[in-house]
Amino acid sequence: MEDNRLKVNIGSLELKNPVLTASGTFGYGTEYEDFLDLSALGGIVVKGTTGERREGNAYPRLAETPSGMINAVGLQNKGVEYFCKEIYPKIKDINPNVIVNVSGSSIEEYCKVASAINDLETIPAIELNISCPNVKKGGMGFGVDRQMAFEVVSEVRKIYKKHLIVKLTPNVTNIVEIAQSVEKAGANSLSLINTVLAMAVDSEKRKPLLSTITGGLSGPAIKPIALRCVWQVSHNVNIPVIGMGGIRNAADAIEFLLVGAKAVEIGTANFINPKISAEITEGLSDYLNRHGIEKITDIIGLI
Amino acid sequence: MKYLEIFTVESNIALNKTCFLLVLRSPVSLETVAAGQFVSIEVKGEDERILRRPISIHDVDKTNNLLYLVVQRIGKATNRLAEIKKNDEISLVFPLGNGFAIEGEKPLLIGGGVGTAPLYLLAKEFKSRGIVPDILIGARTNEQLFLTNRYSALGNLSISTEDGSVGERGLVTQNSVLKKDFDVIYSCGPTSMMRAVADLAKKRNIKCYLSLENRMACGIGACLCCVNENKEGHNVCVCTDGPVFLSDDIKL
Ligand SMILES: Cc1cc2nc3c(=O)[nH]c(=O)nc-3n(C[C@H](O)[C@H](O)[C@H](O)COP(=O)(O)OP(=O)(O)OC[C@H]3O[C@@H](n4cnc5c(N)ncnc54)[C@H](O)[C@@H]3O)c2cc1C
Ligand SMILES: Cc1cc2nc3c(=O)[nH]c(=O)nc-3n(C[C@H](O)[C@H](O)[C@H](O)COP(=O)(O)O)c2cc1C
Ligand code: FES
Repeated sequence: MEDNRLKVNIGSLELKNPVLTASGTFGYGTEYEDFLDLSALGGIVVKGTTGERREGNAYPRLAETPSGMINAVGLQNKGVEYFCKEIYPKIKDINPNVIVNVSGSSIEEYCKVASAINDLETIPAIELNISCPNVKKGGMGFGVDRQMAFEVVSEVRKIYKKHLIVKLTPNVTNIVEIAQSVEKAGANSLSLINTVLAMAVDSEKRKPLLSTITGGLSGPAIKPIALRCVWQVSHNVNIPVIGMGGIRNAADAIEFLLVGAKAVEIGTANFINPKISAEITEGLSDYLNRHGIEKITDIIGLI
Repeated sequence: MKYLEIFTVESNIALNKTCFLLVLRSPVSLETVAAGQFVSIEVKGEDERILRRPISIHDVDKTNNLLYLVVQRIGKATNRLAEIKKNDEISLVFPLGNGFAIEGEKPLLIGGGVGTAPLYLLAKEFKSRGIVPDILIGARTNEQLFLTNRYSALGNLSISTEDGSVGERGLVTQNSVLKKDFDVIYSCGPTSMMRAVADLAKKRNIKCYLSLENRMACGIGACLCCVNENKEGHNVCVCTDGPVFLSDDIKL
């Protein structure tokens, strides 16, 4: 059921509610169609898309750790051309806010993908992933350096005409500095955090658990880090912030809104409960009822 | 159609030192469940494990909405599962993956350890079509075998144990039943065993299906954690493209 009190705007993006699904955890949306009404979500951020097809990293790519998981998928996808030709026609109408996560190893690659997605009529925004810890070249490299972040966002800004979200990594000393430089380069909004660089070891086998040794930690374990990052960034930029990292229920989502996020993305929790994004949306309505709050935007940034 | 439903535990019976049989009652029809598919179980507990665990469907009773799983205690989640009791509730996502293609007139089913579990429903499927499959089970010792009388009711059962405590001593690939003529082999078990089975099938030019058990996070093709390389060198998802593959189609 649609609840008008949950509507939020992220710049030009109009969301039915502030609950989106996070890239890499929700496939292309259709993987979840048996479990929830895809059109009722605030938005769907699909898998990371690169200029050319990528096979990603070798198996094993997953290690479970306390209250979280470390992944080393490494941007496996069939490339932007395949996306536009084969996948886009199937998903273009599943939700008004199907957002493509754009990844790459060079500025040229980011621009190539962004310009191809710019031509897709029903995609209102891209999420520029300058924060992936799982690729050797580029990826997080752009997101950890103020100047490089500025350059890649500026170049993509020149060719991408719609809403540009830039996704930040927490694996930096000063996330506010990066956020401000991305804002200056022309981003319309920010999303954070991507996974936290991490490692897991098997003591019995005396070996790392991932083929890549290190990977990206997600899930409830990273929520406190994510909250801190969102709080710091949202109070120091003038563009909207989308928060994520370890959200698994409505209370978690509320926490992110309170520290300044205008919307949230749900990631790892989708693996545990494929209906969770819909349940969190319902939970937000309940929260408004319980506290007699008129609309969800009233609680954004209270902390 | 995939479902997320709360099942009720009917019974939990120890089968040997490490394996147990879970009988779960489904709130919805299990009509579409096929041999070779799996479920994804949420294992709740005090510790901080969060991911679901994939478990093969051992058997299904479609009339009474019962699902049978055989689970081996190997780590935290499976040890916790071993403790669930009648009337406990448990959340399952199901049915997942593509099942076994049922084909051939002279099938051989080769299971290793707990990998034998999904072959039961496959054998039942053959029997219902009037075909008596050969079933070959491998284990380290007789203590690791389970439900062998149920398997022998469905087909010609052979057993290999590494210590020779039951059946023939040695590996499944050394069992004398392999002298017979087969037109299709199905196998599930440790990777090293499936590799040997695939090699043998290739040498004898027999079509061979393998069921893989890669680590999974989502089980529905969304996370790309469970991949295996196919013969073209592309990574495919074990959860949605498998778990059953033609041995010629993948690199193991
Ligand atoms: C499609 C599929 C079907 C399966 N069917 C069954 C079944 O019918 N019965 C059954 O008992 N098990 C089955 N498994 C395996 C089962 O999912 C794992 O044993 C279980 O997830 C282990 O969880 P745990 O928390 O107990 O172990 P953990 O504490 O996570 O791990 C304990 C140890 O086992 C190893 N391990 C765990 N899972 C795997 C794996 N998938 N591959 C390789 N090593 C692993 C770990 O590296 C570790 O050393 C299946 C797996 C898949 C993917
Ligand atoms: C398996 C997996 C794959 C991911 N792939 C991507 C990706 O392609 N692009 C991206 O920007 N983030 C990716 N992420 C990061 C998530 O979108 C999200 O930022 C992170 O997991 C934190 O949120 P969570 O704790 O709710 O999962 C991935 C995360 C996981 C677990
Ligand atoms: S387990 Fe997520 S894609 Fe297979």
